[in-house]
Amino acid sequence: MFGKLTIEALPLYSAIAAGGAAVTVGGALLVAIVLTWLKAWKYLWTDWLTSVDHKRIGIMYIVLALIMLLRGFVDAIMMRAQQAMALNAGGYLPPEHFDQIFSSHGTIMIFFMAMPFMTGLINLIMPLQIGTRDVAFPWLNAVSLWLSAAGAALVMVSLVIGKFSTAGWTGYPPYSGIEYNPGVGVDYWIWAILISGVGSTMSGINFVVTILKRRAPGMTLMRMTPFTWTALCASVLMAFAFPAITVACGLLALDRLAGMHFFTNAHGGNMMNYANLFWIWGHPEVYILILPAFGIFSEVVATFSRKRLFGYESLVYATAAIAILSFTVWLHHFFTMGSSANVNAFFGVTTMIIAVPTGVKVFNWLLTMYRGRIDFHPSMMWSIGFIVTFVIGGMTGVLLAIPPADFLMHNTTFLVAHFHNMIIPGVLFGYLAGYMFWFPKAFGFELNRGWGLASFWCWLIGFYLAFMPLYLLGLKGMPRRMETYNDPTWQPYLMVAALGAVVVLCGIASMVIQIYVSIRDRKLTEDRTGDPFDGRTLEWSTSSPPPPYNFAVIPTVGDREPFLEAKKNGTAYRRPASYAPIRIPSNTPAGVILGGFAFVLGFAIVWHIWWLVIVSAIVMFITVIARSSDDNAEFTLSAGEVKRMEDERFRQLGSRA
Amino acid sequence: MEQHGLRNYLIGFVLAVVLSVIPFWLVATHALPPQRTLLIIGIAAVLQVLVHLRFFLHLNFTTTPKENLLALVFTALLIFIMVGGSFWIMFDLHQRMMT
Repeated sequence: MFGKLTIEALPLYSAIAAGGAAVTVGGALLVAIVLTWLKAWKYLWTDWLTSVDHKRIGIMYIVLALIMLLRGFVDAIMMRAQQAMALNAGGYLPPEHFDQIFSSHGTIMIFFMAMPFMTGLINLIMPLQIGTRDVAFPWLNAVSLWLSAAGAALVMVSLVIGKFSTAGWTGYPPYSGIEYNPGVGVDYWIWAILISGVGSTMSGINFVVTILKRRAPGMTLMRMTPFTWTALCASVLMAFAFPAITVACGLLALDRLAGMHFFTNAHGGNMMNYANLFWIWGHPEVYILILPAFGIFSEVVATFSRKRLFGYESLVYATAAIAILSFTVWLHHFFTMGSSANVNAFFGVTTMIIAVPTGVKVFNWLLTMYRGRIDFHPSMMWSIGFIVTFVIGGMTGVLLAIPPADFLMHNTTFLVAHFHNMIIPGVLFGYLAGYMFWFPKAFGFELNRGWGLASFWCWLIGFYLAFMPLYLLGLKGMPRRMETYNDPTWQPYLMVAALGAVVVLCGIASMVIQIYVSIRDRKLTEDRTGDPFDGRTLEWSTSSPPPPYNFAVIPTVGDREPFLEAKKNGTAYRRPASYAPIRIPSNTPAGVILGGFAFVLGFAIVWHIWWLVIVSAIVMFITVIARSSDDNAEFTLSAGEVKRMEDERFRQLGSRA
Repeated sequence: MEQHGLRNYLIGFVLAVVLSVIPFWLVATHALPPQRTLLIIGIAAVLQVLVHLRFFLHLNFTTTPKENLLALVFTALLIFIMVGGSFWIMFDLHQRMMT
């Protein structure tokens, strides 16, 4: 009846694991209680959970990302604390538990923090920037969101029921195979990734179609904003790279569930082919995450320097070049596998080449700032902090691209420092810059600047304290993922790194306080015009938050910075002579239902509850068919209704100080 | 459906079934040595892709818009990089481990 699931699955084996489970369950209960107290369930369901509006889906993605950021950071600070105290001793975490923590940290930060954050920002802003009313497939968009949430929920539930994988975020066989890892941990990892991976593939397709087919009249490809360009390239990468990890994890699942031998040593399997398939996805993934962040920096730097982006064409071509080159470097993640010199040299050289277009972009941003009138808004600070710090990470990356150097540094904390040096200042700072930049667009009031700056400085200083010592430790030969060690010269560095994690914690606390303070003071920072930063592109021409249809009249674009141009010509905020009715997709619970049962499906497979697998698969199938054959999936907003909403907008515009 | 004709879909369906049955039959019966079986499975897979593109997605060189064909060329390039690269890497490794 319950497969492998017994009462033994509860985390009573250690006080810390039980504590983690209690926090998870307690947090969920607390949210439920607050929602009940506010009587917000109905509002949440009708206005948010069932919504197919790209802006709301984007916001929900970002909420998911911020929650998972907290979870991933708790993992991080626990690891730093363990390593700071584990000289010649066990520290406070048993090895089995420490291994779960570094596995879940990586899995969460990549799949359930960075991916939803990126997808959320693209969802929220890209359709506004290209002047359309929604993404090409609104319902598919909701399905993607709920599949991502289902994957995240599987990782969270592994805290409470059973254990998570101990095989690291990459899950290499043979260690992740059934022979060495008979528990449920790796299965949780596999199904979290498979389910959310389907969502990411579909998001990628959705965005590509939206950008190629739904642009406003006059918006040629070379008039698209840099963020839209990077979103396009990242989406192409998503659509093409994610199938590789789906195949790799799917084959690993077959090895584990059906006794197959794709990645075992016996019966003709080859475990290195897993590494090969995993990184065919894994390297483009790095660029899936960072390209949109590059786009955000381009928007932020141009807006707050009050200048046109320097070298727009070169930035676009650099983006496209990175997108293609990112498919040609994957072997650098496993140079030490033992390929011949020719293979290693080829991938080493392509890795060095891909650094060139990234370097081009750094000059784009620097020269945009040059002689600009810079406003040091928190978003701008994230961008400047990014440029300075990212260049260091790029250098160490080029160093690691040399196979003989990589042989020395492979699997040391030098590598850990390198990729955190790319992903924290590059990806995370970019998304946080975007979050603080577009927050008023999403909610109609600005985020508090002071707490934003405090958060930035804590993150930046904390980052340097936490990761520069790891570079040095890596050069001294410390392997990554060590639960305990016996070299006393390492400990001071690890203590500094732990201190860095504490400073980052202050940064996260500042972000939480920033949200509280901004909501409290929302009347003071209200954004009545929809254009708080003297914006340049179309998203700022709508109200904040934008109406459900985004644009009452689809704009015609004649310039790369259409809204700035309109403001100069005095054609901005012009009231159209008449309004037309607008077709809008109706809300549907089908997305939540599909995500919910995808979660049940994953959970049932992990615990081998086969009847439940069949039931949830059937429900999902019926849901898809039912929604797909619904002919009334849209409703019409009458011209009068549109006029009423637009009149309200112009009344607000008229009353601005 | 009317636009492309039931006939087309049926031809595609029959071809797709035939191209699936051949590999399954070869694997189940061990009619050929493994190397040749692998080769035939590979060829059947590529033909299967072409059948789907032609009969189900209705791609051809006359009516399909140029940008769609361009997207297909891009796809082919990426598949070439991924599959060709994997072959190169894995056969290189195989050689170094076995000989």
